[in-house]
Amino acid sequence: MLATAMNDKTIRWAVIGFAILAAAGWLLPAWILNNVMFGLARGLAVLGLLVLWRTGLVSFGHALYFGLGAYAVALLEKYAGVTDVFLKFAAATLVAGICGFLLGFVLRNYRAIFFAMLSLAFSMVLYGVLVKMEVLGSTDGFSVTQNTILGWNPDGKYALFCFIILACVVALSAVQLYLKSALGYLTTAIRDNELRVEYLGYSVARAIHIKYLASACLAGAAGGAMAMALGQVDPDSMVNWTVSGELVFITIMAGAGSVVAPFIGAIVFEFIRTYAFELAPQAWQLIVGGTLLAIIFFLPGGIWSLLEKPWAKKEADNG
Amino acid sequence: MQLITTMLLDGLSYASYLFIVSVGLTIIFGVMKILNVAHGAFYAWGAYGAAYTIGLASDNDWPDWAGFVLIFGSAILVGLVLGALIERVILRKMYHEEEVLIVLATFGIFLILEDVILLVFGVNPYFAYQPMALLGSIKMGGIIRDVYSLTLFGLAILVALGCWYGLNKTKWGKLLSVVIFDREISLAMGINVQMVYLVTFILGATLGALGGAYIAPTISVAPGFGIDVIVLSFAVVVIGGMGSIPGALIGSLMVGILRAIAVHKFPEFELFVIFAVMAVVLMIRPEGLFAPEKARRI
Repeated sequence: MLATAMNDKTIRWAVIGFAILAAAGWLLPAWILNNVMFGLARGLAVLGLLVLWRTGLVSFGHALYFGLGAYAVALLEKYAGVTDVFLKFAAATLVAGICGFLLGFVLRNYRAIFFAMLSLAFSMVLYGVLVKMEVLGSTDGFSVTQNTILGWNPDGKYALFCFIILACVVALSAVQLYLKSALGYLTTAIRDNELRVEYLGYSVARAIHIKYLASACLAGAAGGAMAMALGQVDPDSMVNWTVSGELVFITIMAGAGSVVAPFIGAIVFEFIRTYAFELAPQAWQLIVGGTLLAIIFFLPGGIWSLLEKPWAKKEADNG
Repeated sequence: MQLITTMLLDGLSYASYLFIVSVGLTIIFGVMKILNVAHGAFYAWGAYGAAYTIGLASDNDWPDWAGFVLIFGSAILVGLVLGALIERVILRKMYHEEEVLIVLATFGIFLILEDVILLVFGVNPYFAYQPMALLGSIKMGGIIRDVYSLTLFGLAILVALGCWYGLNKTKWGKLLSVVIFDREISLAMGINVQMVYLVTFILGATLGALGGAYIAPTISVAPGFGIDVIVLSFAVVVIGGMGSIPGALIGSLMVGILRAIAVHKFPEFELFVIFAVMAVVLMIRPEGLFAPEKARRI
């Protein structure tokens, strides 16, 4: 498994890139470190959306899993006193995964706008519950204050940063290997013509269910990581449909060309947001909306299509 | 008994208002197959237009009934300007793209229009209570209601009748049905499909703006309130069946009354109920309650 992973060019380059980032994190000022960390956490969810987007499916409700992951972390700390990042992260992924597995039975029968709308409905159900339930923190949410690693309680956020990088590397490699497998190649085939895939003897519903489960786990993991990085969960910044919208936006902006793209896109997104709030606090949505339209019209492959060309050339040169 | 009457009246007035907003959304979807997220922005612009002009009118000592003219005037203006602009500049170039991509484009338009509102009207809320104050209130079954929100029923019925008449009894309505049925054949028969699309979009946008403009006197018009409406009218349209006008009527009645019951009986579950119903309807009838059956295309 590890050998196959290291044979893959994308994974090799991504591991090197992430290692450099982890080393650079030691030197970076706190605000940049925070932004990169938020970007990486969100990038996990975007990676999940990429898995769906490759089949032509867009979920306007992934905030459901993002929120489930985040709340799993916060509730575990508040009611069970669990502070270990591995445990919290696993719980976030697991909770989202279970929910995604169950809802997958329904959603795998839907396509296009209906898929998007039904996902939206499910996520708004969770939002509706969270906003009104005092036990679950209502509109204020909870804070997530303690992040320990196997009993060690590090100062600052650098340790958490490294942990999130590790999670990203694992997730990215897993998705890359999946996309290169037979099941992964079905992705494009389903997008082109479902019926023919069925005639070839594959179950389209099952393939989509697996995708959906994977993307739910990734979004849950992302929510968990975000809760730990941000130190705070609340319905409006974790579960509302605008969160799903942001994730979809980053997916389109980043482009679906590579599993590395979501992380680059998400980090770019965090920095645009930071600067936008500083320079033009009232025009944030204007910038997002304008960028979205510009990408759809002029750069359908997203940011990745800009990076792809020199990259591809280099690979060709190396033989 | 009094509670039931209150719930019914609340539910009906909420349903009327939802219907006016959603019918625009469903018409646009029915004809153009576009799920228009920017509809929420039309609604917000309509509300701001009405609130702003009514405020101006009352500063200049115009009679209070002018408010009603301004409500309709600003809705039509917003629909004409924004609708025409968006259809001609952006959507026209996208009809060959995937549906989902068009949804994303309208989402982008929505975000832009929301912020333009902030830049134009500022962050402070606007109040336009004059038309509501003019009509006063009456006592119905032991409950005091303001007459203004009762006129909302009338407007909703008018819109519904207008849509029915327009679609079934006029030449334009027939053209519309033809285009809905088969776009390519209509083109081949010499129907100006681009024109039909433009008019449809303007009509839908105007209805969205009218919903906002008419509700403006009863609320404080503040930034960000278009967001909740768009998600709610999605629920309405999806429950009723996208593209179906009777569907929008039933959908808004269901959502309106359910919401009223939830608000009075179980306030914790207000949003939950609406979206749970939407999810259940979608699971049982994916196309919504009233959408026409479609053949599977290979």
